[in-house]
Amino acid sequence: MSAQYKGRTHRFAPTGGLLFYYLIKRFASMIPLLLGITVISFLVIHLAPGAPTGLQTDLNPKITAEARVRLEKIYALDKPLHTQYLLWLKRLIVLDLGNSFSMDGRPVTDKIIERIPITILINALSMFLIILIAIPIGVISACYQDSFFDKFTTVFVFIGFAVPTFWLALLLMILFGVNLGWLPISGLKSLNYEYLPAFGMLMDRAKHLILPIFVSAFGGLAGLSRYTRSNMLEVIRQDYIITARSKGLAERVVIFKHALRNALLPVITILGLSVPGLIGGSVIFETIFAIPGMGQLFYMSVMARDYPVIMGILVIGAVLTLMGNLIADISYALADPRIKIVK
Amino acid sequence: MERETPGRLFWRRFRKNRLAASGTLIVLLLFLVAALAPYISPYDIGDINTKNALQPPSRDHLLGTDQLGRDVLSRMIWGSRISLLVGFVAVGIAIVIGTFLGALAGFYGKWVDNVIMRFVDIMLCFPTFFLILAVIAILEPSIWNIMIVIGVTSWMGVTRLVRAEFLSLKERDFVKAARATGAKNPRIIFLHILPNALSPIWVSATLGVAAAILTESALSFLGIGVQPPTPSWGNILTAGKDNIEIAWWLSLYPGLAILITVLGYNLLGEGIRDAIDPRLKT
Repeated sequence: MSAQYKGRTHRFAPTGGLLFYYLIKRFASMIPLLLGITVISFLVIHLAPGAPTGLQTDLNPKITAEARVRLEKIYALDKPLHTQYLLWLKRLIVLDLGNSFSMDGRPVTDKIIERIPITILINALSMFLIILIAIPIGVISACYQDSFFDKFTTVFVFIGFAVPTFWLALLLMILFGVNLGWLPISGLKSLNYEYLPAFGMLMDRAKHLILPIFVSAFGGLAGLSRYTRSNMLEVIRQDYIITARSKGLAERVVIFKHALRNALLPVITILGLSVPGLIGGSVIFETIFAIPGMGQLFYMSVMARDYPVIMGILVIGAVLTLMGNLIADISYALADPRIKIVK
Repeated sequence: MERETPGRLFWRRFRKNRLAASGTLIVLLLFLVAALAPYISPYDIGDINTKNALQPPSRDHLLGTDQLGRDVLSRMIWGSRISLLVGFVAVGIAIVIGTFLGALAGFYGKWVDNVIMRFVDIMLCFPTFFLILAVIAILEPSIWNIMIVIGVTSWMGVTRLVRAEFLSLKERDFVKAARATGAKNPRIIFLHILPNALSPIWVSATLGVAAAILTESALSFLGIGVQPPTPSWGNILTAGKDNIEIAWWLSLYPGLAILITVLGYNLLGEGIRDAIDPRLKT
């Protein structure tokens, strides 16, 4: 992390110029990571025994001769490996990911881009839900350590860590979709969507999104509330909290003004780190709920061995993770008064 | 007074922890079920009887039957072997890679450390599930392939742990003493430092088994993990999804088995952590 931690308290947030330098440094530090991401994505495809052209063996009958010819052409497989990589990288920089192997044969970039918004929408909403529920749970159980609430949430957290999300999705579909009939169990909109009034359309969308958002948030809830709790417990034991209490400050002020801010700062980093898990999880819930997002496209491409799409989504998924970490780092730098960003 | 050995101290703390005890119990029970599968499963798992398909739980079939009329309980009992196998092999691979790279990075420092840790950073950028699926798309989905793939995509945490241990241990007197007696680097790494760096690895391995079981079940559920007719908890759940409107038992019980198993390993892992170092208790 390039933001330098200072032991003493500095009461200024990074000012314009310094922030600018920080951002440039931060962006520069991402370049080697980006290159590494492309190298690994490239190698994954070439990891098969022999080159992808050699795939058509008894072991792997699903690769058609046609696909092989196309692979050969797209990845210039007659050239040495590093040349192939550089050619692929050159096209990647201008976002040319080639054409899909599927029937439509459309450019991979288009196929992915049209599916990103719904995936990001669901992930952002579930992230919001996680923050909204997990942080208060963590703070309350830390403030009332060993109370009934604390013990109850500890049990909840342990179970939350262990629940397979796709199973939770199935159970919720059985309960709310099949038995109670309250919520639809798949897709993004009903068949009669086009004929609904504006408000009805909104409600229809919301009904379709409730279960996917809840399911994708569930996994993160346990982790974040546990993390907030242990952070808060640690902060409460610090000297400056004892000082604040002995000054005679009200408990409310001590908790909310002195403790909470310090306890929540590391949570920002954790949220950034949870991005790859959320994006990866979208494969599962988008497949279960039949949501036409990036995760579902990835699943379908894996099943159809549509290599250009697989490589494209692999790179884009990793880049989205980098962005998530970047946003987390910048928010951290802005939120922490102790961090003075140095040139 | 006699001084307590670290091992004794560990046991004394571990036994006092009720959650750890229940975790141990669950894990031992699972081992038992997996070992005794041929003797305790009421039916043959290959017994197809379509006349008997999708029967709800009854006295003949305690957990009902699936779409081919096979006994769900028997298939779940055999499925426990898959979970056990995948959990241990995948974690074994991750621990070997992670320990090796972490030891090199921590011991040699400088550019070795730099190269290895940047590699870890890059691997951590990939949503693990994407990486696993991409590799599976190239290899055939099979139980061996998914064990290997889960293993080679989950070693990064171990590397960081082992590196940190090595960084602090390599400056200790016993390492200097070993060097003074003329021990070569590999000997110092594997015989002197590594045994002292193992305790955090145990915790991470136990929690890793839980994570690997979850990943395997998700992959099998999606149809790219353990392939039918081999029963795994994940692929029984696929049948549950296909028959979601009529056969709730196909969805409920295998998931419950996964939940309890993962819970067991997690409790065990936390118990080991608390017993190794009570200060870390959260």
